[in-house]
Amino acid sequence: MSFVHPRSVEHVYKIIDILETKVSKTEIKEYINHHLLDSHDFGLFSYTTDEGEHKYIGAPLPVILWDNGLQVFYSSKLHHGEHVAEHNGNYYMLHHSKIYKTDAEGTINYDAEHHPTNVKPLDFSITKNVVFILLVAILMFFLFTRMAKSYKGNLMPKGMGRLLEPIVLYVRDEIAVPNIGEKHYKRYMSYLLTVFFFVWIVNLFGLTPIGMNLTNNIAVTFCLAIITYLITTFSGNKNYWKHIFWMPGVPVPMKIILAPIELLGTFIKPFALMIRLYANITAGHIVLMSIIGMMFVFNNWLGSSLSFLLAFVLGILELLVAALQAYIFTVLSALYFGMAVEEHHHDEAH
Amino acid sequence: MEIPAIVGAGLVVIGAGIGIGRIGGSAMDAIARQPEATGKIQTAMLIAAALIEGIGFAALFAV
Repeated sequence: MSFVHPRSVEHVYKIIDILETKVSKTEIKEYINHHLLDSHDFGLFSYTTDEGEHKYIGAPLPVILWDNGLQVFYSSKLHHGEHVAEHNGNYYMLHHSKIYKTDAEGTINYDAEHHPTNVKPLDFSITKNVVFILLVAILMFFLFTRMAKSYKGNLMPKGMGRLLEPIVLYVRDEIAVPNIGEKHYKRYMSYLLTVFFFVWIVNLFGLTPIGMNLTNNIAVTFCLAIITYLITTFSGNKNYWKHIFWMPGVPVPMKIILAPIELLGTFIKPFALMIRLYANITAGHIVLMSIIGMMFVFNNWLGSSLSFLLAFVLGILELLVAALQAYIFTVLSALYFGMAVEEHHHDEAH
Repeated sequence: MEIPAIVGAGLVVIGAGIGIGRIGGSAMDAIARQPEATGKIQTAMLIAAALIEGIGFAALFAV
C-alpha cells in the first residue's frame, strides 16, 4: 500500500510485539492485585517506556505517619516503591502498598514466610480511598441538600428530585416500614438512606475506569458494619436483650445453651454484612478484570472478541450486583434494627 | 492423608449453590402460583439467598 509510510507499519508491528511479549499471565495477576489494593498516590494509569522505565500518570497525595512524632510528606517522595524515601533523617520504603521503615539503602528483611520484618509506622495517610470517600461524601451532600431545597414552597419534585424521590420512597416504604415497623422507622431513616446511597454510588463508581474501589476494601465495609452493629446494640430494648440472654418459652437448660449462641449471633450478623459486601464486590472485580486480561492472553481475533463480549455481559451483571448489594445491606440493617426495637405483642409461648 | 482446606471450601460452595438454587426454584414456583405477590416473593428470596451467600463467602475466606 502506497499511502502508508513504511515506518508507520514498522511502528504497528512494534506495538504488536510489545503486546505479545509484555502482557503475560503473571503481569495480569499483578495488575489485578494492584487494582484491589489501596494506594498512596492518586494514579490514573501507568505504562512502561521502550527503555523499560515505568511512567505513572496521576497526582501525589499526602503521607501522614506517626513515627516518633508526626511525619508528613508527599507520596511522590516514595517513587511508587522504586526508591527509598528520606524524611527528617528517617528512611521509608513502599512495599505492596504498605510503608516500612528501612535503612538508607531501603533493604526490606523477610521472615521464613516471606513477610517483611521491618517496622511499620502508624499510617494515617490520605490515601486514594480516603480521597474517594470524601469526594462521594461531598457529592452526596450537594445532591441531597439541593433535592431538599427543591421541595421548598411546592411539593412537586424538580430536577434531581425526580430521579431520587422514587428511590427514597422505596427505601422508606419497602425497606424501613415493613422491617422496623410504623412506630420506630423514622429514627433509622437517615442511616438507612445514607448507607443505601453511599454503597450504591460507591459500587457504581467502582465500575468506572477511574480506579475507585472502596467497597472491595474490607476496612470500608468493616466501618459500615460497625455502625450497623452500634445502632442495633444501643437501640436494643428490654425485649431484645431478654431474647438474647434468657430466651422465653424454652426449658431452663436450653436457655443456658442458647445464651452464648445468641450473644455470638449479635457479632456474626454485622460480620456477615461486612464479608458479604466486600466479597461480592471483590469477586466481581477479579472475575471482570481476569476476563479483560484474557483478551491479551488469547491475542487472536476469535478469543479476544469472545472475551470482550463476556466482559461486556459481566459488566452489565455487575451493574445489577452494585444495586443489589446496596439493597441487601440496607434491608439486613433494617431487619436488625427491627429486631432490636420489636415490642412484645405476642404471648410468651413461641 | 491430609485433606486440603480448599476441598472443604469446595464442599461448602456446593452446599451454598444447592441452597440458593432451591430458593430460586421455589420462588419461581411461588411466582407462577401467585403472580400478584411477585414483589414480596422476590424480596424474601433475595434476603434468604444473601444469607446463604454469606456462608459461602465465609468458607472461601477461611481457606
